[in-house]
Formats: sequence, structure tokens, C-alpha cells
Amino acid sequence: MAITVPRPKLNWRERSYLPAIVAGLAITFKHFKNMLLGRTKVTMQYPEQKWDSSLPDHYRGAPALVQDEDGRVRCVACQLCEFICPPRAIKIIPGEIPSADRFAKVEKYPEAFDIDMIRCIFCGMCEEVCPEQAIFLRKDYAITGFTRADMVHHKEKLLEIGGVMHGVVLKWNEKK
Amino acid sequence: MSPFLFWVFALMTLIFGAAVVVNRNPVASALSLVVSFLGLAALFMSLDAFFVGIIQVLVYAGAVMVLFLFIIMLLNLQAEERRRINWLAAAGGIGVAVILLVQICFVIGDFQAAQQTFPPLAGSTDDVWNIGALLFRNYNLPFQIVGVLVLVATVGVVLLSKREPR
Amino acid sequence: MDFAFVVTSLLKIVGILVVILTMVSYAVYAERRVSAFIQDRLGPNRVGPAGLFQPIADMFKLLLKEDFTPRSANTFYYWLAPCLAVMPAIITIAVVPFGSTLFGVPMVIADVNVGILFVFAIASLGVYGIVIGGWASNSKYPFLGGIRSSAQMLSYELSLGLAVIPVFLLVGNLRLTSVVRYQIEHGWFIAPFVGDWTNPWKWLLAIPMIISFLVFMIAIFAETNRLPFDLPEAEQELAGGYNIEYSSMKFALYFLGEYAAMITGSAVIVTLFLGGWHFPGIPDGSHGWIFGLINIAVFFAKVAALIFIFMWVRWTLPRFRYDQLMRLGWLFFFEIALVNIFLVAAILPYTSRL
Repeated sequence: MAITVPRPKLNWRERSYLPAIVAGLAITFKHFKNMLLGRTKVTMQYPEQKWDSSLPDHYRGAPALVQDEDGRVRCVACQLCEFICPPRAIKIIPGEIPSADRFAKVEKYPEAFDIDMIRCIFCGMCEEVCPEQAIFLRKDYAITGFTRADMVHHKEKLLEIGGVMHGVVLKWNEKK
Repeated sequence: MSPFLFWVFALMTLIFGAAVVVNRNPVASALSLVVSFLGLAALFMSLDAFFVGIIQVLVYAGAVMVLFLFIIMLLNLQAEERRRINWLAAAGGIGVAVILLVQICFVIGDFQAAQQTFPPLAGSTDDVWNIGALLFRNYNLPFQIVGVLVLVATVGVVLLSKREPR
Repeated sequence: MDFAFVVTSLLKIVGILVVILTMVSYAVYAERRVSAFIQDRLGPNRVGPAGLFQPIADMFKLLLKEDFTPRSANTFYYWLAPCLAVMPAIITIAVVPFGSTLFGVPMVIADVNVGILFVFAIASLGVYGIVIGGWASNSKYPFLGGIRSSAQMLSYELSLGLAVIPVFLLVGNLRLTSVVRYQIEHGWFIAPFVGDWTNPWKWLLAIPMIISFLVFMIAIFAETNRLPFDLPEAEQELAGGYNIEYSSMKFALYFLGEYAAMITGSAVIVTLFLGGWHFPGIPDGSHGWIFGLINIAVFFAKVAALIFIFMWVRWTLPRFRYDQLMRLGWLFFFEIALVNIFLVAAILPYTSRL
């Protein structure tokens, strides 16, 4: 059913629209004046001022690989993150750790670990699924590049972002 | 005003006047007419008739031709461009134009006043003031009558366009 | 035609052109800053101190963009239209006196005796740039913009012309320098504080002058396609109107034309109603070249103030609907301007007696 919206009856002063126009001009001028006098709060000036210091702990930025205290990449190339990743941004090529190595019992390490940051949606599922606590979402958010290739984070870049993490899972120590 | 400028503007007026007829595209014709009017206005100004020249630009180039363009742009232009030239009609038109030209030449050749050279106008004549004085002093009644005529025409147009379609 | 006249005229033309073009580029910057301030933003503040070099960056950006011509466009007119949009706006300034005298040279390029008619005639040619641009683009929205522009221009030119008649009833001369001279002797038309300003008839006369001023200013808004009358480019309805298909420098020319029209429009308003280069207490250029320069500065300061009002109004009022615009032009401003003429003519005989 069609509803007829009742139009308000305007008196002659309102119909001339002049008071409304003057009021509007006064409002915009007030905003202009307050801005000129520096009374208005304005947006953050991004490259100079940043949120970095006040980012919350649960902030989900760029995913990164971490190393343990011994300088070993914690990732064991189980490929669970590759499997769970909703946009399929992660690509892992597993490599075998030679038997002479100190960590030979780990058996596998990621030969290549690429995260395509164009595809990544910062969901944090890789971090959640990782049995080794090897991948974490860090607070980096300014991820830029000139080409698509630039936007793929390789293993070195991921390790650089990740740094060393003293985790709670220490199952690959020699003592065990 | 040098004769050089006279020839420039006279040629401009004539060439673009011809372009109005020759152009197949109505918008191009209308624009040619505008340029032709501008040349004509410049010729008026070369005779120190600033008022007439400016009114030529203001009324014809500025208002009437804008209205023309408005109408032309709403028409279907392709139909006009595709139409074949009727050579007989074109020849007839050219014939009429030539006859008119010959007539004008004869009239000017016989007309006494056209052969004498007029002295240049005194220093600075205020042609706006002169036209105003002439219209409102010497020819006030005809001027008022013309005004009433235009008013009647305007009212008539409003009446015609306001009529409810049955 | 003596040599000195040619040289001074050339200097004036070059000077005013440089000033106008600089003002145009900074008007664009000012527009962005003013709009930002009104909307509680900062606006462009990166290039140079407080973003003052933004116009130069804009210019390079526009120059380096791809100059694209649509295949279906009518190429000749497509190229011609932006030039037609800029030219009239800049030519108009020729008859506007932008200063008193400097070293004895009058600061007006051409002091013709049909001054205001010249302004209207050239300003009325400005519509061709938009109409032809809209038509030659051979595209829907530009075409609609062009159609709207031609109708809008016709409706507002009438009130524009009628609104200034009271001014010339008083001055008795169409020369713009005479208008300024009259205002120096008798006070500005909308605020006659000079001379025998206690005369009540003069203040009575100021009332129709203010009406004239408002009608003229609103008509200039419509003539320069500024909001609330920017129907030809109406971003929300026509996605930019007549200049959609234009890119690079051709688009820049349209932009330039719009802002140049705004500046010359403001200059005409200043000359007609706000006393031109005159400011109470400042003598004219015959008292020394420094006063000549101050007069020019006063003129451009007034123009800048008016440009601010243009921007202020733009970022306050919403756009009129097309039929509202037509009704306003034909049924409202036209009548007001007409009645105003009679009002002035009725008051005028009494003022001259005093």
C-alpha cells in the first residue's frame, strides 16, 4: 500500500529558505573558524604519527616465522598452515634435515616458505593451527611493494619480521 | 582601424557565413554562424559602433545561438547528415544569391551617398548615449509601440505554450 | 597609437594574466583547504609548507596524464571546447579596472564605453565551451550537462543584466571606470560611507542596491556553474557532467576556465558594488606609486574575499533541482530585479535634489 508522506506546511519565512540558508552558513563558518583556531580535533598525520605504541596485544598484523633460542627455525614444514589458510596465501616446500645435523630428529624443515601478502587476510588461522608455535601474527601493518613479486614474503623476510621467540613448547631439545 | 583588419574580419564573416550553408552537420553550421556574428561585430566596432557590435555578440552570439544549439542538439542529427543533396535546389539558391549580389552592386553604384567618403567621427562619441537619446527623445513613440508589440508576442507565446493538451 | 601605449598595454596584459593564472591555481588550493576546514579535515598540507606548492604538483600531475580522446567523439570540437571554456573567462577581465593609476598609467586594459555590456557579451560566450564539450564527447552524461548548461545560462543572463541596471541608472554611463569613480565620490553602492553619508536618501538608495547586489551575485553563481547551481557538472547525478570524457590538460583547461570565471565574476561584482579598488582613507595612484600598488592590492583582496564567499556557499548549500533552478531564475530573480529598477528610478529624483 502506498503511504503518502504528509508534507509539513511551511510559513512564509520558512518558505523563503533564507533563515535556513543563513543558519547553514553560520554552522559551516563556525567549523571553519574552529579549524583555523586549532580547536578542532583532526585525524592523525599518518607517516609522522603512528598508532604503533598503542596497538593492542591481540593485534593481527603480518604473519611471521620465529626461531627458537638455538637459532633453529621452529617450523617443521608440517604444512598445516598451508592447508588451513583460507585465501591459500602460504606455500611451503619441505626439505629434509640431514642426519648429521644437531636437530636431525626433527626430520623436516621448510626449504621455502612464501606468504603472498596480497592474498593474506590476516585471519590468524595459521597461528592458531601451528603445533610448533612457529608462525605468529606480528604488529607490522605497512606492507608495501612496487610489484606483485615484491609482495610475496619469502622465508628470510618472514624470519626477519619474526625474530627469536622463547616459546613454551621445547620438544626438540637434545634432552628429550 | 587598418584596412588589413577590415579584410580579416570581412573575410571571416563571409567564409563562415558560407560555412553555415555548406556544413552538413547542423551543430557545425550553428557554430559557424556564431563565428560569422563575431566577425560582423568586429566590423561594427571598426566603425566605432561599439554598442551595436557588443549587442550583436550579446544577443545573437550569446543568447539566440545558444537557444538554437539547445534545439539542434535535441534533434536527430544523423538523419540530416545522411540526406542527399538536391542539386537543383542548390543551383537555384546560388542563382538567387548571385542575382542579389548583382542587384546590390548596381544599387550601390548608382546611389550618390554611397560614393562619397564620410569624414571620420569626432574624437570620442559616446554611441551608447547617442542611441539612448535618439530612441527616447526623437523616436519615443515608435519605440514604445515596438515594446508593446514585443510584450504582446511574449504573452501570446506564454498562452500558447501553457495550453493544456486535450 | 603611440609606442608608450602599446608597451604599457602589453605589460598590463601580461601582468594581469600572470596574476589571474596564479590566482586560479591558488583558488583551487584554497577551495580544497576551505572545504577541508569546513568539514573538519586538514586538506592538502604535504607539498611544501602548509601544502602551498600543491598547485605545482597538481599541474605536473595533469600535464603528465594520458591525453585520451574517445573514439566516438567529434575530434575537432572535442579539442576546441576546452579552449572555448577558458577564453571568455580571461578576456572579461580586460575591461575591469583593477587599480587606480601606476606611474600615471590607468590600471585597466581597455576602458571601453560599453564596459558592462562587453562583460555580459563575453561571459555569455562562455557557455559554448560547456555545450560543445558536452555534445562533442558523444556520451550521455556530458550531453545532459551541456543541455542543462545552455538552458541555465539563458535563464540567469536575464536577471544578471537587469540587476545591474540600477547601478547604471545612478552612474549614467556604462564605463566601469565611471562606476568606480562614482563610488569614490558617493560611497560604495551597498555601503555609502563616503561623502555626505548622513544623507538619509542615500541610505534609502542602498536598500535596492543591496537587493541588486544579491541578485547579481546569485546570477554570477549560476553563470559560473558554482554550487548551488552546478547542474551541468552535478557529480552525484551526471558523474561530472560535461567534462567526464576529458582527461589530462583538456580537463585542466575546463577546471581553469571555471575558476577563472569565478575570479572575473568576483572582480565584476567588486567593481560594480563594492567600490572597485577604492578603500576609504587610501588615496589613489596620483599621490605616489606606492598608493597605486596599494589600490591594486585592495582590489585583489576584495576579490579574494568574494572568492572565499563563493567557496563558503559551495560547501554549505545543497544543489537545486533543475525545475527549482528554472523557477527561481524566471519567476523570482527576474521579477525582483525588474521591480528593483522601478524602485531605484522612483527614489532617484529625490536624491539628486539633496
